[in-house]
Amino acid sequence: MGHNHHHDHDDHSHLSGIELRVRALESILVEKGYVDPAAIDALVETYEVKVGPRNGAKVVAKAWADPDYREWLRTDATAAIASLGFIGRQGEQMVAVENTPDQHNMVVCTLCSCYPWPVLGLPPVWYKSAPYRSRAVLDPRGVLAEFGVHLPETTRIRIWDSTAEVRYLVIPMRPDGTEDMSQEALAELVTRDSMIGTGLARQPEAMR
Amino acid sequence: MNGAQDLGGMMGFGPVAIEQDEPWFHAEWERRAFGLTLAMGATGSWNIDMSRHARESLPPAEYLTSSYYEIWTKGVEKLVVASGLVSTEELTRGRSLSEPAPIRRVLKAEDVPAVLARGGPAERPIGQPARFAVGDRVRTRNMHPQGHTRLPRYARGKTGVVELVHGAHVFPDANAHGQGEQPEWLYTICFSGQELWGEQADSTINVSIDAWESYLEPV
Repeated sequence: MGHNHHHDHDDHSHLSGIELRVRALESILVEKGYVDPAAIDALVETYEVKVGPRNGAKVVAKAWADPDYREWLRTDATAAIASLGFIGRQGEQMVAVENTPDQHNMVVCTLCSCYPWPVLGLPPVWYKSAPYRSRAVLDPRGVLAEFGVHLPETTRIRIWDSTAEVRYLVIPMRPDGTEDMSQEALAELVTRDSMIGTGLARQPEAMR
Repeated sequence: MNGAQDLGGMMGFGPVAIEQDEPWFHAEWERRAFGLTLAMGATGSWNIDMSRHARESLPPAEYLTSSYYEIWTKGVEKLVVASGLVSTEELTRGRSLSEPAPIRRVLKAEDVPAVLARGGPAERPIGQPARFAVGDRVRTRNMHPQGHTRLPRYARGKTGVVELVHGAHVFPDANAHGQGEQPEWLYTICFSGQELWGEQADSTINVSIDAWESYLEPV
């Protein structure tokens, strides 16, 4: 749909309540000159086309392959991530948390939907919804099981509730048997969920 | 406020609904709601804490039965009315009925990349040193403010350990109500699962929140 759909005056009776409500709001804000509809298009295009978890996967793959970068990520994740060009809104201050055999990290925002946009894009619906937000802090093993993730009972689980403007990126464990892989190939193993902590990195066999 | 947004520890919402190959938006109206929320935020008519508070102060039954972008839409509606930019009658009628109010700036399409790259950093300079250091034991206050807060109910009156010190950040409890930024030191505080949820809780879990200094007292 083009950006000038607010000029339509056809029959909108097929539209739902919320569709009409958003359309009305946009049309008032545009009519008053507060909002440029082309800016809305540009915002949507940015997060639908340009930004997404491939960005975060590059960060993780580089951390796996480059010990100096990994150390930088540990000490100043904001700068280390910015060095790859991933900056700005909802990622102004970043902390990277590394999974180990002893500790698995998982990120939630129980109060709203805080999520590191520059590296992961916009959050999936489940991340913003009541089932995940309510139980991630109370029953993380139960939540992980719903994602098909079963960790050893000896692995401690660390939940990061993003209640401020700091954004967390999980660095999943590097799968075995990936020693000879390039950073580009490694990035293919890094899923969105593995960087939230509700998944693990893919095994290289799964890619063949 | 003790609103429906404060979901940590609630029960009964069922399993997580995971969608394979989920699209970024599920309908055209979601795209528009997303874009106009960000575009209106960029006008400088309110700050991000006011924006969150507008959503979170929806009546609990309405919050829990609205989809994510419905909540955003209702938040913007409340904010434009509260800011005097749009009247409730205009919202009802679905069109502008009066001259626009003065507005600080309008986001242009060509400025979108720069505005997003700049973001809205919350860290601020502060005059006094941090009260707490990494490793300190602290207790969160047992408080139930009527206004905006980022201290979730499940983590009030609990003892934890300072794990990270993030610098001073804009204090949402003040900023959401137009009382200025009043920056405070921000800390990551880590709690054991048993401290939060009782002795029967999983002893292998730890949960952290990010807490402003005035949420905390020394132990």
